[in-house]
Amino acid sequence: MPDNRIETVPGGRRPRPGQEHFAAELDEGGLGAVDAVKVDDKPSSMWRDAWHDMRRRPMFWVSAVIILVVVIVAAFPGWFTDVHPRFDCELAKSLQGPEPGHPFGYDRQGCDIYSRTLYGARASVLVGVMATAMVVVIGTAMGSIAGYFSGWFDVILSRITDIFFAIPLVLAAIVIMSMSENRTSFTVALVLASFGWTSIARISRGTVMSVKNNEFVTAARSLGMGRGGILLKHVLPNSAAPIIVYATVALGTFIVAEATLSFLGIGLPPSVVSWGGDISAAQQSIRQAPQILFYPAAGLALTVLGFMMMGDVVRDALDPKARKR
Amino acid sequence: MLWYLGRRLLQVIPVFLGATLLLYALVFLRPGDPVAGLGGERGLSEAVQEQIRQQYNLDEPFIVQYLLFLKGVFTLDFGVDFRGQEIIDVIAQALPVTFQLAMMALVIEAVFGIGFGLLAGIRKGGWFDGTVLFMSLLVIAVPTFVMGFVLQFVLGVKLGWFPVTAGRDPSFYSLLLPAIVLAATSFAYVVRLTRTSVAENLSADYVRTARAKGLRRSQVTGRHVLRNSLIPVVTFLGADLGNLMGGAIVTEGIFNINGVGGTLYNAIVRGENITVVSLTTVLVIVYIAANLVVDLLYAALDPRIRYA
Repeated sequence: MPDNRIETVPGGRRPRPGQEHFAAELDEGGLGAVDAVKVDDKPSSMWRDAWHDMRRRPMFWVSAVIILVVVIVAAFPGWFTDVHPRFDCELAKSLQGPEPGHPFGYDRQGCDIYSRTLYGARASVLVGVMATAMVVVIGTAMGSIAGYFSGWFDVILSRITDIFFAIPLVLAAIVIMSMSENRTSFTVALVLASFGWTSIARISRGTVMSVKNNEFVTAARSLGMGRGGILLKHVLPNSAAPIIVYATVALGTFIVAEATLSFLGIGLPPSVVSWGGDISAAQQSIRQAPQILFYPAAGLALTVLGFMMMGDVVRDALDPKARKR
Repeated sequence: MLWYLGRRLLQVIPVFLGATLLLYALVFLRPGDPVAGLGGERGLSEAVQEQIRQQYNLDEPFIVQYLLFLKGVFTLDFGVDFRGQEIIDVIAQALPVTFQLAMMALVIEAVFGIGFGLLAGIRKGGWFDGTVLFMSLLVIAVPTFVMGFVLQFVLGVKLGWFPVTAGRDPSFYSLLLPAIVLAATSFAYVVRLTRTSVAENLSADYVRTARAKGLRRSQVTGRHVLRNSLIPVVTFLGADLGNLMGGAIVTEGIFNINGVGGTLYNAIVRGENITVVSLTTVLVIVYIAANLVVDLLYAALDPRIRYA
């Protein structure tokens, strides 16, 4: 049937007779200002409270310094040593103790342990940061969509999360990595992330579901904001706290997982200097020279400790229940 | 409750199917032909290769292979591996050892974790609490394989207090050190969880009521606080059983225990896909079952939780 009615409004929607008189012109500036107050005010005051709480705690400063040092070492290991971890090795010095310029001694291959420990930070931090970034993106996307658009979306996404949750992380990583020929920091991070995102998905689903019932969400909706916009601008920023806390702790777990894979010989290849690989190599020489095991293990433990402590401090600071003491 | 049970059981089905399909796809869709390399340098003739492919259903399309595998899982007939060993026998040999190891670890982490957590939580902010909290962070930060090594070297090789490796048919004593190593990380989490939970419950109204009606301190702590604080801990412990069994790969490797982990690792290295898939399926079943039991326990433990 041909439609021969005249379009009165571009875009296809015809106002009913008389209705156009009631439509006030939209005052974009005013609405924007209302939004801005809501968006900026709430999270920043919560974060300001948290910051106020955190900076008084020594544990925060200790972990901050550890993380800072580890990150700087990982980014610029050359600042702290002139010795190359792989090419300046002398087999004649295999397993020898410390000497001037080489404070930690030599490993089985005669490589400088001090240099290898410094350069090993890079692989751990790189894999940890990449895997965590991926996990936050995947997990938040899955969880917040499931929580925000409940109904069928929620059912399907939650079951997918359950499926990935049912496969233990290290187990899945071992199965995949053992058959992967192309083993780089990126692939290790990708494998860890593809089975490690479920916890964040569950956490963000729960928070989003509780946040979306707040008045400011209803207000935004009544002001005509789209669902996607509300999710991105209002719901997500207010759900960020538990995700950030979990991500900090997860970074530590991913570093341990990478080291475990490298230790098993299916993580990073030997051409990449990594703590896990060095610990694995130290296994053979533990009777003659236990100190070889100590330095990479200490680097690993210190890094993980830094991130775990930071996660603790941030959680305490963001949790109003824990703050009332 | 019955209705909840039924619904929860129904939820398990898609999760089980999805997880096994995912694992099956990961293992079998990998590049390379598992049959072609079997004959070593001389190689196998086309006819023999064809026969082996038929035997393992490798000539079928992927989804048919998976369905045949599922049929095998339900009839407990996983077939034979490339060396002619019945896979169900391999599982029957490996599973009890790993299960014993995991249960020992679970008991260790539950007893010590709840004990230390309770003591720390009662005096939150005190020196004991601070020490326990820091030690738990340290235990989490030192990876299992490093701890396994160091303890094996110091307690086993140097001091001779524990057997260095477990080997075949391990005794309770030879599994003790591996169980401690396996339990360590989870122990730290249990301590922290119990501590937080106890500290939170201590300030609850019902504790004040219990004190007000004149109950002794030990009764308030034991009967009211501890029991209520254990709910999240039990959840963690149940889910952890699956993790312990799957995560035993490293511990079993260090202490040379012939459990699921060691068998699985060898199978992965040798490319025995069917063994890998069968063992991981068993682990996934344990994991799903443990989580199911926890969910049901949860409902039984906490009268506030009503499943309509």
